[in-house]
This record gives sequence, structure tokens and C-alpha cells, in this order.
Amino acid sequence: MTDNQNPLSPHLQIYRWHISSLLSIAHRISGVINLLALILIFFWLIALILGEDNYESFLLTINSFFGKFILIGFVWSMCFHILSGIRHLVWDLGYGFEIKTANISGIIVIISSLVLTIIFWLLAKGFI
Amino acid sequence: MVQFNLPKNSKILKGQYFKNKTGSSNIKLVHVYRWNPEKNENPREDTFEVDLNTCGNKVLDILNKIKNEIDSTLTFRKSCAHGVCGSCAMNVDGVNTLSCMKSHKDIKGDLRIFPLPHLKVIKDLVADLTVLYKQYESIEPWLKTSKSKSEKNEINQSKKNREKLDGLYECIMCACCSTSCPSYWWNGESYLGPAVLLQAYRWISDSRDDEKKERLKMVADKLKLYRCHTIMNCTSSCPKGLNPAKAIGSIKKMLATS
Repeated sequence: MTDNQNPLSPHLQIYRWHISSLLSIAHRISGVINLLALILIFFWLIALILGEDNYESFLLTINSFFGKFILIGFVWSMCFHILSGIRHLVWDLGYGFEIKTANISGIIVIISSLVLTIIFWLLAKGFI
Repeated sequence: MVQFNLPKNSKILKGQYFKNKTGSSNIKLVHVYRWNPEKNENPREDTFEVDLNTCGNKVLDILNKIKNEIDSTLTFRKSCAHGVCGSCAMNVDGVNTLSCMKSHKDIKGDLRIFPLPHLKVIKDLVADLTVLYKQYESIEPWLKTSKSKSEKNEINQSKKNREKLDGLYECIMCACCSTSCPSYWWNGESYLGPAVLLQAYRWISDSRDDEKKERLKMVADKLKLYRCHTIMNCTSSCPKGLNPAKAIGSIKKMLATS
């Protein structure tokens, strides 16, 4: 009954997004972004090794508007991935599988990842 | 490699438009996925104007009305019309559900109906579930007892043990959950999917069954079980209000603690 002629029914194109599915894909993407962040940290160290001039130019790039955007993005990605990871650990313990609970925990993860990013940034700037 | 786009022969084209002739003002636009195996054409999305004044509340009522009054070639599965048989599972308004349980009143705007996602289409809203049934068979969904017990004796179950099957035995295998799961879309051949894993857990939890260990061992597999990443589309879509994500989580926990 199934030869190659039969079409495949639409999936990703038509399926509605839920908070849970959005957070699941965001967890994966932030995991990849975290890897990129690690690479940036290594570039920072390399710039340090290469001497004063190189380090200066690295700092210049980082302190530009675009650089700051990237840095804040990396901090958020780290915060989100850690918090979302904790959510997964709670699931592994067998809790929070009800749709309502999962939605609430998902929203908590999103909000607290933003709050954590702000706190982190204020700490780094020496405001608190 | 995961393919996010539809293959060339599956791209959905614009279909026909069926105008309502009764002059009623209570009209709902219903877009339905169509594919005819006898024509060598891509699937298309037909639009029907349906007069709600002369139609029941459920999406299945709308489909019946279209088949009876507008286009008799429309093909879909149905049987009990009371959410017991699981035949009329399809994707309604972006979420898999039983069309006999879903009221069109819950859906604002146009109604869009597709077959269950990421399956081979047989005709219109009928999709091929052969793989899923094979996987169901692979978990051996029947009671297995050791030979020492005489077949003449009834195997009693305490009320407490019976309660462990609540939320599991109600599953009607409509496949809404499995075909809502992105992991099952990408790894449908190897990953068992929420429906089959919920059934596996149903037999693991049965106090009368003597092969709990073997059953656990059978599903303890990187692909069969651990492709579940708790996306929770399964639980969101289950028309019977069951929780396959929790069942899979329980299997994982059992394996981690045994």
C-alpha cells in the first residue's frame, strides 16, 4: 500500500507550537549557542597570549554594540540552558509531567532566565 | 538526516473551492487536505463553505456533511463517533485529535483539517499506520505468566494494583500522540513513540504479569525509548486526557533505579 508515490502528510508545517515544544527546541539551540560561547572564551584567552595589541583589539570588538549584543545573548543562553536543564532533571525525578505544571515551569524558566541575565550583567558592571 | 521540508511530491497545492448554495449567513470555511491515489498529482487543500445552521457541533459532523452533501469522494476513517474506537484521529486546527470529540465551536476562524502528521497518505485524510502497529506488536501487548501457574486458576489482582493501570488502560491507540511527536517524525522507524511506550508501561505495571524485567530490558534502548526528550506534544494532544510523557518518564525512572 505504501509505495514511493504516496505523499508524506504535513508535519512541522502545520503542527501548532506549544510552550513545551518551543522550550524543547530552545533548549537544544541554546546548547549549541553555549558551545559557540565557549569558543569565544578561548579566543579571549588566545588574544591574551598573543600580547597587548591583540588583546586591545579583542576588547574593542567585544565592547562595540554588536559585541555587547553577542555577550548578553551568550549570558542569556547559558542561564536558559542551565534552568531548562534543571527542569529536565526534575522530570527525570518523576515530577511535573502534567500539562499545566509543565507550562508553569516553562514560563518560570523563561522569566527567570531573563532575570538571571539582568542580575548577572548588573553584577559584572558592579552595580550590585 | 532529518528532513524538515516536505518531499517534492507532498507539497500541498491550492485546491478547489466549493461554494455554499443555501444562502445561509452562518458559514464556516473548512480547508481539507486531499490526495487521490488514482491521479498522478500533488496533494491539494480544498475549501468548503459549510452551513453551520444544518450541521452538528463536532468536526466529524462537518466531514460527514461534506461527504453527504457536497463531495462524496472525500475519504476519512470513522466508526463509533463517541471517542471510543480511535478511527477518526486527524490533525484539526494544528493539533491531533479525534474529530468526533472536537467541537468546531472551540475553533475560531477557518477550520483546517489534515491527516495525522508525517505518515504516508493512502487517500485524503487516511494515513498509513502499519509501522506503528508493527511496533505495538513488538512490545508483546498481552499477559505473560510463568508456566508454574495453572491456567485454571484465576489470577487475582488487588484493588491497589488495579489502580496502577488507571490512566494507561484507557488508551485506544488512536495514534494522536505518536504522530504529534517530533522525535517520532524524525525517528519513526526506530523510536517506539508515545502510544506504544504507554502500552509498554501498561504491561510493565500489571501486577499479574511475570515478565516485567524482560519487558523493561526490551525497551531500554537508546533509540526505542530515549529518543523521548519530553517535548510533551503527546500529552497535549491526547483526546482521552492521558499522559504518555509521564508513562515514558516512569519507564526511564524504573530503569534508572532498578
